[in-house]
Amino acid sequence: MINWKVILNIAKTHLLTKMKSTVTASLGVTFGIGAYITLVSFMTGLNEMLDSLILNQTPHIHIYNEIEPSEKQPIALYQEFEDAFNVVSSIKPKQSQKKIHNGLPILNYLKNDKNVYGATPQLRAQIFYLSGSIELGGNLLGVDIMEEARISNIGDYIIQGTPEDLKNSENGILLGAGLAKKMSLKEGDRVQISTIRGDVFPLKIVGIYQSGIAEIDNIQSYANLKTVQRILGEAKNYVTDINVKLNDIEAATAMAKGLEKQFQVKATSINEANAQFETGSNIRNLITYAVSITLLIVAGFGIYNILNMLIYEKMKDIAILKATGFSGTDVQLIFMSQAMIIGTVGGILGLAVGFVLSKLIDNVAFETEALPTITTYPINYNVWYYIIGISFALISTFVAGWLPSNKAKRIDPVRIIRGT
Amino acid sequence: MNLVLETKNINKHFLKPKDFHVLKDISFGVEAGEFVSIMGKSGSGKSTLLYILSTMDTDYTGELFLNNTLITGQKHQELSRIRNKHIGFVFQFHYLLSEFSVLENVMLPAKKLAEKSVAEIEHDAMEKLIMLDIEKLAHQRASRISGGEKQRVAIARALINNPSILMGDEPTGNLDSHNSENVFSIFKRLKEEEGLSLLIVTHDEDFAKRTDRIIQMEDGRVLD
Repeated sequence: MINWKVILNIAKTHLLTKMKSTVTASLGVTFGIGAYITLVSFMTGLNEMLDSLILNQTPHIHIYNEIEPSEKQPIALYQEFEDAFNVVSSIKPKQSQKKIHNGLPILNYLKNDKNVYGATPQLRAQIFYLSGSIELGGNLLGVDIMEEARISNIGDYIIQGTPEDLKNSENGILLGAGLAKKMSLKEGDRVQISTIRGDVFPLKIVGIYQSGIAEIDNIQSYANLKTVQRILGEAKNYVTDINVKLNDIEAATAMAKGLEKQFQVKATSINEANAQFETGSNIRNLITYAVSITLLIVAGFGIYNILNMLIYEKMKDIAILKATGFSGTDVQLIFMSQAMIIGTVGGILGLAVGFVLSKLIDNVAFETEALPTITTYPINYNVWYYIIGISFALISTFVAGWLPSNKAKRIDPVRIIRGT
Repeated sequence: MNLVLETKNINKHFLKPKDFHVLKDISFGVEAGEFVSIMGKSGSGKSTLLYILSTMDTDYTGELFLNNTLITGQKHQELSRIRNKHIGFVFQFHYLLSEFSVLENVMLPAKKLAEKSVAEIEHDAMEKLIMLDIEKLAHQRASRISGGEKQRVAIARALINNPSILMGDEPTGNLDSHNSENVFSIFKRLKEEEGLSLLIVTHDEDFAKRTDRIIQMEDGRVLD
């Protein structure tokens, strides 16, 4: 039978009379956990920001029509040469259109799929921006801007004007920030564009778009799907890309494969498109955890040391407790509860310190051209980091307390009392 | 004849640094209400015997009975409980928990036993302190009182669970004659008023002569 009240009372008295050691040990845990929380929140915050910088521009599934040679050349179908070794030189891509065949039915199908959060058609056109006699090569992306704003965060990157402005204007364009700068254009101005065939159209700048990635901002602009179809002289079913956002990003790869088979189009999932990116994030996370665990282990050794010292100091007390009827287990529990109290108090303080430091970092100004939506350093307030932090504090103090307390359990009172 | 404590053929060897036969065929008994002292030269094995009797040392052969129940071979957990409930122990050096108050020191074994409420235990502890005339020290820290007072606190602690027997390992060995006399008269009173059995290891011949019976030890044997 274990009498917790008595055990905890003894543990409390030991801790309170050795305030200095108690505080030192608790602070060890506090710093370990606090540093872990701060580090992991800041690092993953940065990671997420960097990821989203790229990933937000990438749809979960991107459907398009790849221009590529036929896998089976006609000669392979010719029975007479079935067993022959055929050599075809200078293969050309298969004759096909850039547009997605049956684009609108596919779009309808996707919109009715319950796994799909949203799907938008896009029309990518190669154009030239005309500025006097200068021609700048680039892209014009015809989009359904309101749907695009719903499923992606394009709205964040429109630094002047709004998606509605584009929607309400027949000849509107959201000009890339790099282009605007090069051509000294601003909102409300007009820009002339020319198609590859040489047709020139004037468009009105209703907003400026800045993704933060210079390669994109220097060549890409957005217009309404209808506008681009009209510029190219194509019908209303002419779309070159469909971007799909799913409710669950994990399903992207499987679904992309299914769509490829079903509709005979090319569908790439976000995972394929950003495989190397994932690797980078994983390694950064690994480093974060390596550093955090090191901090926590150092804190654990601090506790181990202090408890060890305490037990040497309390050798006589342990002998008396045992002589007056406390069992080895009782003695072990006394020291274990001291370790756990240190761990809990230090851990909770550590969470608080981590939170306060995170808040401080969160309020430090961080402004960069590349990231129009970011004004302060990013912090990831994930409750899981706090749960991991307190669990690790408890586990490490448990282990650090276990070894010395187990020694206390086995101390022979007779040897201490007789002084041998 | 009602034996509180009885030993049958207890033998003990020290194996380090080399095999040494410390206790040889120890057999004796202590009756209820008897005040027994154990005397002998240094190295005669009297303290070793006492620690076996106190159940703290379990490394021996032979049989030990307390209140006619066999103690030998019980589990450590059980021995702790027996020690807690039935045996009071007083050491040569007071051995109080220095961070606790006098009252807390006395109450601790009873709290461990947990047969009474904290209020009852506190009441009992105060009674013991009053009996030993140290009630005014109750709320002092144990490290702040004098040696003679510490030993009286230790006796109060040994008595808190109303044990069957009180054992002492030279309880007066570290005290001046005045305090020794004091401790002896406390023991005498406990025997006469409460009917407590006492088994005290001592060097002090004057002390031993005034007890009911002296067990003389020499070279690990009890002399008759």
